[in-house]
Amino acid sequence: MSKHSEQTPGRRQILIAALRYGALGLLGATGGAAVFARKKNNTQNTVWQIDPEICIACGNCATYCVLEESAVKCMHAYAVCGYCRICFGFFGPEPADINEGAENQLCPTGAIKRSFVEDPYYEYTIDESLCMGCGKCVKGCSTFGNGALYLQVRHDRCLNCNECSIAAACPSGAFKRVPADKPYLLKRVDHV
Amino acid sequence: MIRLAYITISVVLFLLPCTVASAVERFPPPDFESGYVQPTPTTPGPRQTVYEYIDTIVLFVALTISSYLVLRTRKRWAIFVMMIFSLIYFGFWRKGCVCPIGAIQNVTLSFFDPGYAVPITITLFFLLPLIFTLFFARSFCAAVCPLGAIQDLVLLRPISLPQWLESGLRLFAYVYLAAAVLFAATGSAFIICRYDPFVSFFRLNGSLNILILGACFLFISMFIGRPYCRFICPYGVILRQLSRISKWKVAITPDDCIKCRLCEDSCPFGAIKIPTEDWPAHDYNKSKRRLVFLIILLPILVLSFGWIGSILQPVTSRVHATVRLADRIYLEETGQAEGTTDASDAFRATGKDIKVLYAEALAIQARFGLGGWLAGGFIGLVIALKLIGPSLRRHRSDYEADRAGCLACGRCFEYCPKEHSKRKQAKETMSESR
Repeated sequence: MSKHSEQTPGRRQILIAALRYGALGLLGATGGAAVFARKKNNTQNTVWQIDPEICIACGNCATYCVLEESAVKCMHAYAVCGYCRICFGFFGPEPADINEGAENQLCPTGAIKRSFVEDPYYEYTIDESLCMGCGKCVKGCSTFGNGALYLQVRHDRCLNCNECSIAAACPSGAFKRVPADKPYLLKRVDHV
Repeated sequence: MIRLAYITISVVLFLLPCTVASAVERFPPPDFESGYVQPTPTTPGPRQTVYEYIDTIVLFVALTISSYLVLRTRKRWAIFVMMIFSLIYFGFWRKGCVCPIGAIQNVTLSFFDPGYAVPITITLFFLLPLIFTLFFARSFCAAVCPLGAIQDLVLLRPISLPQWLESGLRLFAYVYLAAAVLFAATGSAFIICRYDPFVSFFRLNGSLNILILGACFLFISMFIGRPYCRFICPYGVILRQLSRISKWKVAITPDDCIKCRLCEDSCPFGAIKIPTEDWPAHDYNKSKRRLVFLIILLPILVLSFGWIGSILQPVTSRVHATVRLADRIYLEETGQAEGTTDASDAFRATGKDIKVLYAEALAIQARFGLGGWLAGGFIGLVIALKLIGPSLRRHRSDYEADRAGCLACGRCFEYCPKEHSKRKQAKETMSESR
């Protein structure tokens, strides 16, 4: 570069400066448009969640999560539960006996605890540290029972990846972005 | 006896309309007499937004420091330390997500899907490095991007690639950018995130395929400097163009170039431009003719690649789940495919009209047709400009960092004798003043 061009900017420099501030304006407009769209649609930050109405409990949640132990776990809607003695989410098909023996259980990790409440009702609770989100119990309960067991993304574990790998593998399209301040799609009873 | 009861119940329940859907109340919830209280399930909240704002502030500070180190301090070790910090913070601590590279897709999606709004923090993650590049060249690539850092770290013995190969391989980045924008705009997938080779390392976990891909990239990075940054990164494509018009640029020498050629081989990324020789007259005329030919070729290339992009629509649109589903359902309905898949079962369970699904899929395919024209046209334009490039020659008398390709790593600074004499001078003045 000669001294001359540093003192009086040449045509090239002026053009580059114009392009630069043009690009800056364009970036500003992009940011402005993004913020404006948020304000207009009143949209919020989002997180991933499973719509239990659509979920078919296919089992992909257990294997497709980027975490070694999936962020998806089973949740129990107690208000929906029938507290059955023979729970189809707890017992495997054709159980040898109706008790808590491991050979009778459907859950591969034994994450469901069964405890007696009062005759003839039994309470079922999920041990989240054991649950791997395979959804076997969900399928059992929703096919034969009340559908009190359902899968949800647990947000203490979820990394909220930009593209959720489970969502990409979900066959029913049950994974959706939900507002971050209402991060769960809980099952409720209609008649209450 | 128990088995009999079980079978009876099963048979009865099978007769009930069994949808997998919501709470159906086959068994009424009991009225407890023992005073049993139903537990309430815990709902732990997601990571708080305040952390995302902290990340954004760290990004801003990191960009500022990196720019200062590259343009003022000019010390490789300082840039290296900054790079390690970014690798640890943005990579291993923040797990690399959402990164500015992936944010391209969020911003694109927000323009095409009114139901999706990109969070302010992601907008900033997308914009801040671009704005910094407009002023301070690619300081983001130098010491802020964790993907660049992990590759830079393993670089052992760089080999230099011929210019034509470098330029040709870089075409992939443009194709990748066009594809990423196409798939994000149609709401199909975020392919940059899906095929990010390094995020598995940051999470210390990932699918086998991606881990293998990442390992391959790291192996190649030992010999070819930063292959992802140079040949794949779609964000790098945008940064290249902005860096061309940056206000300040990375200079190999702090002073006037003395053409000692010492820096010639210092760049592992092939981003040092050597002084041009005079253009021989016969070559000049040949070049001029070629230029005219290529300029005529430009619209032809744009249109033909746009056309290719649009006729690839049946292939590209299958990335969208709805199109895949409609395809599958069609095959099943017409008896061309046997059995059902999880997806087709799930669709049938919803009881939705098949015609509605077909209509949706056709609408998406139409969008892919138009998107294919635009994406293909863009690729055609890039190819045309790449062909035109060598026919334009600008006079250069010094050894300069290529404004577009320079990743501002700072390796060449130490090679310049002027840099050393300047540092020595600075030291002397310091000791004298004491």
